[in-house]
Amino acid sequence: MAKVKPRVKVPKKASPNEVVTIKTLISHPMESGQRKDKKTGEIIPRKIINKFSASFNGEPVFMADIEPSVSANPYIEFQMRVPESGAVRFEWTDDDGSVYDLEKKIKVA
Amino acid sequence: MKRTVSLLVGGLFCSAISTAAIADDGRELVIDGQTIATTAPVPDDHPLDEIISGWRFRSAETQALQMDDFENPAFVAIEYAEELWETPAGASNQSCADCHGDADSFTGLRAKLPRWNEEMGKPATLEMLINASIETHQGAKPWKWESAEMLAMTALIGLQSRGMAVAMETDGPMTDWIKKGEELYYTRIGQLDIACANCHEDNYGNMIRADHLSQGQVNGFPVYRLKWGSLGSIHRRFKGCMDQVRAEPYKRGSDEFIALEAYVVSRGMGLSVETPSVRN
Amino acid sequence: MTVTRREALGLAVGGVAALTTLRFSAPALATGNAVEEAIMKFTGGVKPGEGDITIGAPEIAENGNTVPIDVSAPGAASIMLLAAGNPSPGVATFHFSALSGAQEAKTRIRLAKTQDIIAVAKMQDGSAITTKRSVKVTIGGCGG
Repeated sequence: MAKVKPRVKVPKKASPNEVVTIKTLISHPMESGQRKDKKTGEIIPRKIINKFSASFNGEPVFMADIEPSVSANPYIEFQMRVPESGAVRFEWTDDDGSVYDLEKKIKVA
Repeated sequence: MKRTVSLLVGGLFCSAISTAAIADDGRELVIDGQTIATTAPVPDDHPLDEIISGWRFRSAETQALQMDDFENPAFVAIEYAEELWETPAGASNQSCADCHGDADSFTGLRAKLPRWNEEMGKPATLEMLINASIETHQGAKPWKWESAEMLAMTALIGLQSRGMAVAMETDGPMTDWIKKGEELYYTRIGQLDIACANCHEDNYGNMIRADHLSQGQVNGFPVYRLKWGSLGSIHRRFKGCMDQVRAEPYKRGSDEFIALEAYVVSRGMGLSVETPSVRN
Repeated sequence: MTVTRREALGLAVGGVAALTTLRFSAPALATGNAVEEAIMKFTGGVKPGEGDITIGAPEIAENGNTVPIDVSAPGAASIMLLAAGNPSPGVATFHFSALSGAQEAKTRIRLAKTQDIIAVAKMQDGSAITTKRSVKVTIGGCGG
């Protein structure tokens, strides 16, 4: 895709301490550093999302260290317990130092 | 002598085809509660005995990726297209939305394409219609056939017709183009001397090495292919097949590929639009 | 189509040459040693045993570029996934917390060939458990 863009699927509502499924995907080529440019024969430098993290109201929920063996447009799904109303914050860290982030609110009732 | 060698090479390729290990288990494609037809009634004088979407030839894991709009990686492109839709461009400084409102104003369009276009003097594919609008209405630079922008926009517009039956016009000036496409479909080409029909009509359902051959239907394009790790157009897929039989491929957007697209669409009438589909 | 005998031979020789080159330019695949080292580094020297840890993956992957995989180990603090047959074995390591609803995760991975996927869980009590699962990768991918 033309640019790096994160997507997440988070339920808008949950009951107290409900365990919800969270799905995340970010558009990214995940260049492994092992492919060669067909024209020049040069190795295409590695450029991947190397870290993903999710936190809720500042508390860590889930984290992943990611290697080049994860597919392009990395997809990560995990389970989260929702103790109270608040916001889930997602962060993806790129090899080039950029951090892509997104926040979603969950209402507990 | 020349003939013998060509037969030999063709024979080698054919020997790579074997009967399928995977039976079509009749799984249903349901997305967000909507059932999408993956087979279609076969009209008289149709070259196939059954009309089956490529989705039915895929493994359960690949099928599952298309059954959830979040898990379908093509939806990142859909979101990108939604941004493009709202972005003013060109001399007019107008966005798609300024003239067309919501993208759902194009509901049904994808199911009718390619469609005869008097101004162009040929059948128009979705890519051609988008670029015509960009040039004449927006006064902007057209997109490349396989650009991220074009793939995203064809996916977004195609999605508006998801679940609708493919129903291209086949009469009038379309007839000659479909006929031209049919000729291409049955003409053996390339160093392997293979026609589209040899794989996708004579051998669909069989394995070619480790690949399960489909009917080559195009009702789900642009498609997110796991092999590509991205969306790709119908013409990219045609080019891939031609490369595979060691032929000199036609160009994307060429009259040959437009004719072939029209003919292949005519073979899959009644299948549902699945855009954006997921394949291996 | 017509191919002369010379051309056909040329093709065949070219094919063999291409295969040979491929063979030698392919990066060294992860060795048992690299897998062993990664596990020991992850567990802090603890040799993992058997336990409640499962890997979900297709028996046969239609395309090695995108293989859906999930892993679960109730009570784990972290789970490391390794692909023993990839150029480097590391795939991903998942870290859980008190807010994790379950010690499980799902992702999509690249597999260079048919191989074993290995999962190692570091448990909250410092012990470690492991399991593996074989995934067949088909080499097909008709059409460029």
